[in-house]
Amino acid sequence: MDIQFTEEQEMLRSSIQRFLREQYDFDERRKIISTDEGWSRRHWKSFAELGLCAAPFQENSGGLGGGLLATMIVMQEFGRNLVVEPYFETVVLAGGLIEDVASPEQREAFLPKIMEGEAIWALAWAEGRSRYDFDNVTTTARRHGDNFVLSGTKAAVVGAPWADKLIVSARTSGGRRDRDGVSLFIVDRHSANLHLQSFKTLDGRRAAELALMNVEVPAGQLLGREGEGVAVLEACRARAIAALCAEAVGAMSVLNSATLEYSKMRKQFGVALGTFQVLQHRMVDMFIALEEATSLTQHLNLSLAAREPNGSKLASGAKSKVGCAARFVAEQAVQLHGGMGMSDELNVGHYFKRISSINIQFGDPTYHLMRYAQQS
Amino acid sequence: MELNLSSEDAAFRDEVRAFIAENYPQEMRVPNPETDLTKEQSLLWHRILHKKGWIAPLWPKEYGGPGWSVTQRFIFEQETSRAGTLPPLAFSVTMVGPVIYTFGNEAQKRKFLPRILSGEDWWCQGYSEPGSGSDLASVRTKAVRDGDHYIVNGHKTWTTLAQHADWIFCLVRTDPSAKPQAGISFLLIDMKSPGVTVRPIITIDGSHEVNDVFLENVRVPTENLIGEENRGWTYAKFLLGNERTSMAGIGRSTRYLQRLKRIVRTEISEDDPAFGEFVKDIARVELDVLALEATELRIVAQMSRGIDPGPAASLFKIRGTEIFQRITELTHQAIGNHGLAIREHPAGANRFMPGPDYGHTATEKYLNARKLSIYGGSNEIQRNIIAKAVLGL
Repeated sequence: MDIQFTEEQEMLRSSIQRFLREQYDFDERRKIISTDEGWSRRHWKSFAELGLCAAPFQENSGGLGGGLLATMIVMQEFGRNLVVEPYFETVVLAGGLIEDVASPEQREAFLPKIMEGEAIWALAWAEGRSRYDFDNVTTTARRHGDNFVLSGTKAAVVGAPWADKLIVSARTSGGRRDRDGVSLFIVDRHSANLHLQSFKTLDGRRAAELALMNVEVPAGQLLGREGEGVAVLEACRARAIAALCAEAVGAMSVLNSATLEYSKMRKQFGVALGTFQVLQHRMVDMFIALEEATSLTQHLNLSLAAREPNGSKLASGAKSKVGCAARFVAEQAVQLHGGMGMSDELNVGHYFKRISSINIQFGDPTYHLMRYAQQS
Repeated sequence: MELNLSSEDAAFRDEVRAFIAENYPQEMRVPNPETDLTKEQSLLWHRILHKKGWIAPLWPKEYGGPGWSVTQRFIFEQETSRAGTLPPLAFSVTMVGPVIYTFGNEAQKRKFLPRILSGEDWWCQGYSEPGSGSDLASVRTKAVRDGDHYIVNGHKTWTTLAQHADWIFCLVRTDPSAKPQAGISFLLIDMKSPGVTVRPIITIDGSHEVNDVFLENVRVPTENLIGEENRGWTYAKFLLGNERTSMAGIGRSTRYLQRLKRIVRTEISEDDPAFGEFVKDIARVELDVLALEATELRIVAQMSRGIDPGPAASLFKIRGTEIFQRITELTHQAIGNHGLAIREHPAGANRFMPGPDYGHTATEKYLNARKLSIYGGSNEIQRNIIAKAVLGL
């Protein structure tokens, strides 16, 4: 099942690798996340110029037609370099939703700007008490003339402080936990009566809680069919998981090679750490974890690209298995680096933290294990 | 679980409980006492315990200890940790104090012990170096005799709370030609000495607990040498033994486990399939705690009959740290999406943190707890100790 990448895909990968190697090393990233804004518009522009923002979209939308495999390639390299810019939020989540269910007018209005790197988006689906369920929504949207009026709060919206546009889930009918009645809306980040409380995330990004206090949204900004948002978000989640798994695999591969290298160089008791059998076996298990995670991530991406019917179940399975593998690798990479693994100065801890937050985004390994089990 | 307490011991337990309830400073009840308190604030409880005569349970009465039995010491440890009080600085009270009264001379005892008890001197530990982590005997910091002084040069690292310290106890190499363990001495160094520089190390949770300490031509009076020159390894091992027995952390784990249960009940509804998984995971950890606590009680009973647990104490370090790491991991999972947020350090007021208060330190605790299986002799080293010294492998 090993993917034979096409020449185009290999070119995409090598162009990202070259760019990140030259422009986005660990020191550069450190500078970016410590700025007031916390991300780099300049690098974002470069990503767009490299074609990354257009890579996955269909050619008839003006994209490069790379689909999920292009996303997988980009996310894996971003994972290797801990890129913080909101590619996942803007291209994978919002772009994917727009391509999936937007009206022709909406596509025309929004996709070109995303592909050109002109607009940043964020997806607000979670709420304070929702945990990981899309139907657990208390934010409401009621009709008022030609508008919808949105009220409620949304939680853990990664990238919201950077965004121009938000996609917000809200109830147009039904009660909390009803599968029907959740709708998606495109909301200007700077709308009146929309308030953000920003905070830093453990992986060096910025996120916000949104308070929507009667925010007026034109009816034309309804994304997809009214009341059918849960199914749309579930399809979005499968793509999101495919991308996050690829990012995790990228991060794991760096941790494994860093740990291996350190174990050969670091001497204790007169010999290299790597000569201790207990540590050898640990690193073998880290190697196995990465191989399995890589395979499962490719399998998921191929299945989703082929629109296999069990995509959603497989996505949950991968999120659980890859998440556990990544956590194991991350924890052991810190452990084997000893005190250095704990220090903010070394990159290892930062990969650990990115993996920790991947394991929260769109549901933790246990949540998805249970979801997988229920569909068996 | 409790020991079968005699009526005197039960009365003692009640006395300790009441004393904590009445005297523990409210000012010290902050979200994360290990990182959020100033030096002065973290000494408040120390001073209260000192006034009461309870600051150093381990110490013999003649040096200022309370003269408790093994059981009383255990009760005190259990009650203070269950109540979530900040333990007195271990480097001062648990580590260097016993080394000084066991191996130090009369002048050293007179000079240092009272100041440790009162909290006047804050000590830090100069063991680890960039090249000596688990392999402590490979220390390279050099001390060369120059009349009635040593000239010390070297680089100590991972030095906890050195930014507050008045003194550092150091392992230094005094005989470079001897076998690694044989050429080490135990030296007390005034942090105000010219040539001592402290540089902060920020850890992955964003806090400043540890430091690099650079020693450049630091002149240390020979009267600050503990015991005999080149015998430092013996004293260092004695100290590490004290460190490990206190690492089971039953009280702390029990407290965090109760808190985790409350969080899970609040955050996750019972019809959520994840709820059942949390219940099982928590039960597993609870049994781990129970087994370790039962082991601790068994060892305490043996100790009160005069049997030294010796290297088996390493099991407390291994299991105690693994259990606490698991609890912090589950707590971080329990708060769901809110676990994406992390507090900024230094912890200032008015910075927005999402979600309920009980989750605000979950992320930093999870990250910070990764150190537990690394420091004080990594858990791999502890397993080697048991393999070698207990199992004879």
